[in-house]
Amino acid sequence: MSHHLTEVKDLHFIYPDGHKAVNGISFCIHHGESVGIIGANGAGKSTLLMLLMGIFFPCAGEVRVGDVEITKKTLPLIRQKLGMVFQDPDDQLFMTTVYDDVAFGPRNYKLDEKEVERRVVQALEMVGILHLKDRAPFKLSGGEKRAAAIAAVLSMQPDILVMDEPTASLDPKSRRRVMKMLQGFEHTKIITSHDLDMVFELCTRTIVIKDGKITADGPTSEILVNAELMDACGLEVPLALQNCPVCGMKKLDRHSPFN
Amino acid sequence: MSDMMNSLSNMRLLEDLARKETFIHRVHPLIKLLTTVIYLAVVVSFGRYEIAGLLPLFFYPVLVLVLAELPIGPILKRILLVEPLIIGIGILNPLFDHQVIVLAGLTMSRGWITFLSIFLKGGLTVAAGLLLIATTGMDGVASAMRMLKIPRLFVLQLLLTYRYISVLMEEVTRTLRAYSLRAPQQKGIQRRVWGSLTGQLLLRTLERAERVYQAMCLRGFTGEYHAGYNSRVRAIDLIYLAGWAVFFLAARIYNIPMLIGSIITGVIK
Repeated sequence: MSHHLTEVKDLHFIYPDGHKAVNGISFCIHHGESVGIIGANGAGKSTLLMLLMGIFFPCAGEVRVGDVEITKKTLPLIRQKLGMVFQDPDDQLFMTTVYDDVAFGPRNYKLDEKEVERRVVQALEMVGILHLKDRAPFKLSGGEKRAAAIAAVLSMQPDILVMDEPTASLDPKSRRRVMKMLQGFEHTKIITSHDLDMVFELCTRTIVIKDGKITADGPTSEILVNAELMDACGLEVPLALQNCPVCGMKKLDRHSPFN
Repeated sequence: MSDMMNSLSNMRLLEDLARKETFIHRVHPLIKLLTTVIYLAVVVSFGRYEIAGLLPLFFYPVLVLVLAELPIGPILKRILLVEPLIIGIGILNPLFDHQVIVLAGLTMSRGWITFLSIFLKGGLTVAAGLLLIATTGMDGVASAMRMLKIPRLFVLQLLLTYRYISVLMEEVTRTLRAYSLRAPQQKGIQRRVWGSLTGQLLLRTLERAERVYQAMCLRGFTGEYHAGYNSRVRAIDLIYLAGWAVFFLAARIYNIPMLIGSIITGVIK
């Protein structure tokens, strides 16, 4: 895996209807970092991901992956390095079998069919659903679909994994499985989510976005315990860090680095 | 509501059937496509009054159906779905073509013969198309079309339209479910909401199709569709094609039922 930086410099994006979704965002993500991007609905998280992936192009500013700036010309190269898992796996799984879906990316890069098979089997093994390879994606459960969507991205062997709400609409056990799976990956991870407990467990760094701007950027253990900051950005302290609803014991008192 | 769900699962049935592992399923997609094309050409090449000549061609769909272990019911149901359209096309023939002929002691107008011919041809061609998809899958058919150098734009159009149907139907199911839950007293959908419902549906499916397309682009899709069928055509595939081609041409050139009848009645000596 190459040691790439993901650099975002003074990024601006305005939708055709005039809505300013991203308003001067800058950050730098280093190789192997696990970064959570959080914010209320409409804060600009999804737009930021679209800009990172080159689905949208910024009105001003730039996104660089390694030494390469994202432009129309560099997209094929960039998309080999960055793999994105969509919020709704149904948007991502469109082939008739899980195998074909996971093979879709490698085949597009015209790899030899033997290499395609090796990658597909490896990716499915990584997410633990090799036994589902011949099943139709629409017949899978929510957790299985999510795993298949992640495998579909892993088969392209990206350096950076970008995930939009990876634990959304999963039952607790499936959510835990996906989290364990993600914890095992050595890739650089960029995760947007409202599941702040998941961000707390998986991400060492958190970026908080409000109205298309960065409100806070720092270690997750400091950002997510800051109740005032969370409240101001339309968020809440993760449930795991809130007071115990039964005995009322203050968890923040025990865990907060400020105490 | 449940009708829509059924339609969706019915549509996916053909794809499910295409994943079976039988001799027919293992035949190279290109060979199956070519066999189907030759079959269609032979079926439609028969004249308006040549019903007897069409009869041996029933052998192909029946044999494929049996060898591919496909369920007869669902395939027959799909053929019957198209038949009303074919009846609509041919029903006026008996009115326009009044000439009388005598067939096996029965006097009838030639219009009925042409109508029956259209009906049979329609059924056979639809059956051949359905069997091709049920034994090859849409992806396989598409990759075979690309091997025949059919422009990728046409192939892609076909493939994405096929995918879009299920996207559209899923959205319709969701919308109708939401509507029926808030309108329990109604049968069907009120006329005044037809416009907004269809508009919403169009916008939602377009949005969804856009997301599907984005997901495809992110995984290196540049307009060329690779279904992974780069396996070579085997000798057995060529034998399959040659066998059927010979049979179809024989059925076209010779009136096989007549020959069999002649042998039985001992006219040929």
